[in-house]
Amino acid sequence: MPVSISPQGQPRWRLRTSRAQWLGYLAWLIGACLFLLCWKMISDNTMWVFVADAGRQGDDLISRMLPPDWHYAHRLWKPMWDTLNIATLGTLLGIVMAFPVAFLAARNTTPHPLVRSLALMLIVSSRSINSLIWAMLLVTILGPGVLAGIIAIALRSIGFIGKLLYEAIEEIHPTPVEAISATGAGRLQVMSYGVLPQVLPAFAGISVYRWDINIRESTVLGLVGAGGIGLQLNAAINSLAWSQVSIIFLMIFATVLASEWISARVRHAII
Amino acid sequence: MNREQLADQAFTREALASTGRWRRLPFIADPKVRWAMGIGAVVYLALALASIEVNWERVAEGMSRALNFLGAFTQPDFLSRRDDIIDGILESLTMTLTSTVIGVALAIPVGLGAARNIAPLPIYLVCRSIITVSRTFQEIIIAILFVVMFGFGPLAGVITLAFATIGFMAKLLAEDIEDLDWRQVEAIRATGASWWQTMNHAVQPQVMARLIGLSMYRLDINFRESAVIGIVGAGGIGATLNTSMSRYEYDTSAAILLIIIAVVLLCEYGSSHVRRWTQ
Repeated sequence: MPVSISPQGQPRWRLRTSRAQWLGYLAWLIGACLFLLCWKMISDNTMWVFVADAGRQGDDLISRMLPPDWHYAHRLWKPMWDTLNIATLGTLLGIVMAFPVAFLAARNTTPHPLVRSLALMLIVSSRSINSLIWAMLLVTILGPGVLAGIIAIALRSIGFIGKLLYEAIEEIHPTPVEAISATGAGRLQVMSYGVLPQVLPAFAGISVYRWDINIRESTVLGLVGAGGIGLQLNAAINSLAWSQVSIIFLMIFATVLASEWISARVRHAII
Repeated sequence: MNREQLADQAFTREALASTGRWRRLPFIADPKVRWAMGIGAVVYLALALASIEVNWERVAEGMSRALNFLGAFTQPDFLSRRDDIIDGILESLTMTLTSTVIGVALAIPVGLGAARNIAPLPIYLVCRSIITVSRTFQEIIIAILFVVMFGFGPLAGVITLAFATIGFMAKLLAEDIEDLDWRQVEAIRATGASWWQTMNHAVQPQVMARLIGLSMYRLDINFRESAVIGIVGAGGIGATLNTSMSRYEYDTSAAILLIIIAVVLLCEYGSSHVRRWTQ
């Protein structure tokens, strides 16, 4: 720890050297300038008249949302079922595709470094693009409907599950793998008896976690036409039927809370 | 299933193994639960697959578009809508930075309040409910509401992302604080430190490295999200992307997607460096 000498000749303990201290201040200054610059750009592109009006608009919105239109709820069961299907089937499809990709991407199980970088690229591109963008794309290709939603969720899940699973595979204990290969097992047998049992709990946990996230994401896929409760939400917003919007919000809220609870329980039981 | 049956099963498994027929242990130990889960999964899959309506003619029709799109990735068109793309990306980046800074600044007090070991019960409940509301709704739903309130433009996007950041950061921060080493807090308290001093010298050093790592991670998420909230009019590259897709200008969409992927990669690379440097 650096020491400075006070004018009285006493040593004084300090947390940082002067140089580090000044560099720290400089970093904060640059950060603050960058933030203010960005804020200025945003403020230039904002109509402040509308912002001044925000409180009144918010009041108005809430007064139109309350009371919720309870009679509309019984027409939401089918879209909700679709939403659950999009999330669940999409997750299953994503798991099926992510599983081999993760084994190809892990440093200790990949057949070749070239294959590894290809698999990593696949994982990164799937992770970078939001499921809503995938859905937008698939709706123009496959037409509106649940199928586009399922595939969109699956494509987004590859990156998430693939990344966490390949990290889990890279962290396995090497001794069981060595023991299995010492018995003369083939490549696939080593994977199945040495690697797989070690990553299975992590894999189950990751999948359930992604399912929970997917439930949340699939509620909005309908905004771009990919099926589920988002379609109803979009219709209600476009017709300014805010009392219907609020009941949809309540249903989404309840479903997401329930799925989060289930996922937490399952992960707790596995790990 | 009781312990005797389990022991019984283990015994038969061992007996079989001694004759050379070895089987691995099942993932779920109880056979009843195993069968129930299997049958439940099959029934659900049948019901779910039966309820999906697919218009196969439309799908077949779309296949040529799919090929067009894949082709567009081999020759993305960065130039013909260059100005729109540059404006959109710059707006997305500024929104990302501003919203992350604001969001993290607001998430720290909420996170402190949501940690049960340092906050009294009423504050804990209020902060936890803020977190739940912010985490439950997708960014895009919040964006719709804020666009109605604040008008079209990047400000609605910034507020949306900042709100979503609060839920994410505060939850993880609170969990981190709940797990901290309590002896250090006691030691600082024993010196007669006030609440602020305890936070500053006992809690903050323990959670700082993770807080910085999470902020970098959130920066990355906010950029990805800023690419979609433009669809509902909250600024950013999303509006440009949406327009290009609905016009079937796949070469422009491919260019935008490639830029998004590149920025996310850069962000990840940068954040891994920052995290290594803080630890």
